[in-house]
Amino acid sequence: MTKAITVSGLHKSFGRTHALDGLDLEVASGEVHGFLGPNGAGKSTAIRVLLGLLRADSGAARVLGRDPWSDAVEVHRRIAYVPGDVTLWRNLSGGEVIDLYGRLRGGLDPRRRAELVERFELDPTKKGRTYSKGNRQKVALVAAFASDVDLLILDEPTSGLDPLMEEVFQRCVAEERDRGRTVLLSSHILSEVEELCDRVSIIRKGRTVESGSLADLRHLTRTSVVAELAGPPNGLAGLPGVHDLDVRGRRVRLQVDTDRLDGVLRSLTASGVRSLTSTPPTLEELFLRHYQDEAAVR
Amino acid sequence: MTTLAVRSGGTRQLTGTTTLLRFALRRDRLMIPVWTGVNALMVLSMPGTLEGLYGTPAERAGLIRQMETNSSLRAMVGPVFGDSLGALTAWRVGVYAGVLAAVLGLLVVVRHTRDEEESGRQELIASGMVGRRASLTAALLTAAVANGALALLLTAGLAGQGVTGAFALGAGIAGVGMVFATTAAIVAQLTESARLARGLTAAVLGAAFVLRAAGDSATDDGSSVLTWLSPLGWLENLRPYAGERWWVLALPAASVLLQGTAAYVLAGRRDIGMSFLPTRPGPATGRLGSAGALAWRLQRGGVLGWGIGFFLAGVVYGGMTESVADLVGDNDNARRVIERMGGRSGLTDAFLASMAGMLGLVAALYIVASVLRLHGEETSGRAEPVLANAVGRLRWAAGHLVIAFGGAALIMLLAGLGLAVGHGRQTGPVLAACLVQLPAVWVIGGVTVLLHGMLPRAATAAWGVAGAVLLLGWVGPALDVPQAVLDLSPFGHLPKLPGGTMAWGPVGTLTALAAALVAAGLTGLRRRDLST
Repeated sequence: MTKAITVSGLHKSFGRTHALDGLDLEVASGEVHGFLGPNGAGKSTAIRVLLGLLRADSGAARVLGRDPWSDAVEVHRRIAYVPGDVTLWRNLSGGEVIDLYGRLRGGLDPRRRAELVERFELDPTKKGRTYSKGNRQKVALVAAFASDVDLLILDEPTSGLDPLMEEVFQRCVAEERDRGRTVLLSSHILSEVEELCDRVSIIRKGRTVESGSLADLRHLTRTSVVAELAGPPNGLAGLPGVHDLDVRGRRVRLQVDTDRLDGVLRSLTASGVRSLTSTPPTLEELFLRHYQDEAAVR
Repeated sequence: MTTLAVRSGGTRQLTGTTTLLRFALRRDRLMIPVWTGVNALMVLSMPGTLEGLYGTPAERAGLIRQMETNSSLRAMVGPVFGDSLGALTAWRVGVYAGVLAAVLGLLVVVRHTRDEEESGRQELIASGMVGRRASLTAALLTAAVANGALALLLTAGLAGQGVTGAFALGAGIAGVGMVFATTAAIVAQLTESARLARGLTAAVLGAAFVLRAAGDSATDDGSSVLTWLSPLGWLENLRPYAGERWWVLALPAASVLLQGTAAYVLAGRRDIGMSFLPTRPGPATGRLGSAGALAWRLQRGGVLGWGIGFFLAGVVYGGMTESVADLVGDNDNARRVIERMGGRSGLTDAFLASMAGMLGLVAALYIVASVLRLHGEETSGRAEPVLANAVGRLRWAAGHLVIAFGGAALIMLLAGLGLAVGHGRQTGPVLAACLVQLPAVWVIGGVTVLLHGMLPRAATAAWGVAGAVLLLGWVGPALDVPQAVLDLSPFGHLPKLPGGTMAWGPVGTLTALAAALVAAGLTGLRRRDLST
């Protein structure tokens, strides 16, 4: 599989602040890639480097096989970008801005544009200064989804959207994936990431701390198990990967490293299982672990 | 008791005014002192300058005679009411100081009312312990502080010419400032955009100037109805240093009271962020297809406005040319100053040359404003998504720079056409006189491009450069500033046309310098990070 984005060892400082500190990132063509990290982790800086708006101090970055700094215009022909905070010209209508952005990229599909305006319930005749935050986002989203490009770079694109529009957005991203387009999605809305992304990268303090498919990442965390047993539990405490064991008579609660689940189940079935609830780790837990690590480091 | 106060409005409407006033003064801590200081300096330097120009009673009598017979000169500066230095100062700069005070008043009021609402900052402020009328009151008080300070400065600074007249002039000028501050307070309720509010209030100010000019050209003692209709006419009819007519001060006072009341009534009848002139919807689809088209769309209004202004200014100055030559023909010192500003040929030529030079200096402000659009687009975050498209930085910048540098040529051409129309002769030389200013204007534009490209955080320092050049060009010749200092301004190296000889050397050098500055600035822009 070819790579839409490859980044290795990217560094970028602003004065004494190290916004990017050896960032690595790989996004395969045709995938929806989640880009996650706490506030100030360097996500937007990384995206601006990928767009050639900032120049990296060191490290290598390729976007669609080209250098994002020196080949910016060629790269941008095949990219649509939605920032997290869209600012519009006060005296241009939303429709004018959508068409302008479309023409400044590889072009715009007028039928898709009309369809998107309808789906997002956007009034394209309003002037820039009269749109609410969510509606400004919609202007940029319609322009991005209607553009004829290969790669969409979305930086917290749904801030300010209501849940209905959030759903429209998710369907649009799924459609983009079905057409074979690549999406880099920076987001704090974990359900959105869980729903849409094939793979995710988590960054912290300008460095990648975790990268892989959601299934891979789940293996790195714990499953919680609650079981009602026929007989007394036996030897659970000695098993590797078991945490927070809580035995009350024949009722057992525990946390287990997901890749050690097998041993725990063997031990439970040995005692006879009456009922069993096993909860897979949620994405929230996954992120909280990484985000809290950072708090701990501080 | 408390409930009653709330229900009937009462003082609760003003809760927080003091805090907001302090906050506004803190935000304006640079703008108000600098603006007011420059305005005061302009007035306070006048007695000295005038003493040099009209030192003898005979010269002053000649001036007064000229002003009585010359209607187009009266249209520019108003009639003379006395021959003391104080009276001459009030005549020469009173109206202009009033205009400056009015512009500051309108800027301050719009900045702290409609600007705050449009940007959404007001919402957060209003959600605090802030009365419904506090923001408008604080804005008007801020304007009052600025104008009060100006009145004090003028009264103290001109006391040497007589305290009574000094106070009358100071109060009259501050009165004009407050009249337009309250006009702005009304307009800010009407429009949704701060820019439009500023523009409309400035248009009212322009109308007031035109009314006074028309009235003064019709009569030689300010008694025309047209003059009395204009707040700027009230200022001259107050007659500082010429038998002050104190009751005239009642006019600005009543106007401030009426307009202020109207503003409060309007403000009380609308919701936050709303306006009485709603924004019209725009087209659902657009034809803009390139960064250049976008730049033109953003700047065309500005180019149009500057173009019209320059043409009209040209017509007015051109129309005055012959009468000014008559006027200063009698006065040795004035003639020397004009000649120094504009070359040493015939006085008509000298006047045309100095007017072309003045318009060139003002065009420097246009080019700075136009180039700094790049800066505004960048810092507001609007440039980022544009540059994330298939638009190179150079192309993006070029779109605005073509308008800045080409627009400067256009407005100077229009000024030249205006001068030629008003003067009625010498079309070719007059056009050349205006166009020859361009290399110097472009150098100022080049400096702005360089700052934006190399030191984006200091880009607005370009205003300082333009201001310094303007000051050197306007005040330098009259104040006997040493030549070495005058030479710092690119305008100092231009040939004085019409009348002087065309010097291609400096013109070519300045043009090349401007090109080099632009190239250096663009190189910097291409290499640096985009500011976010």
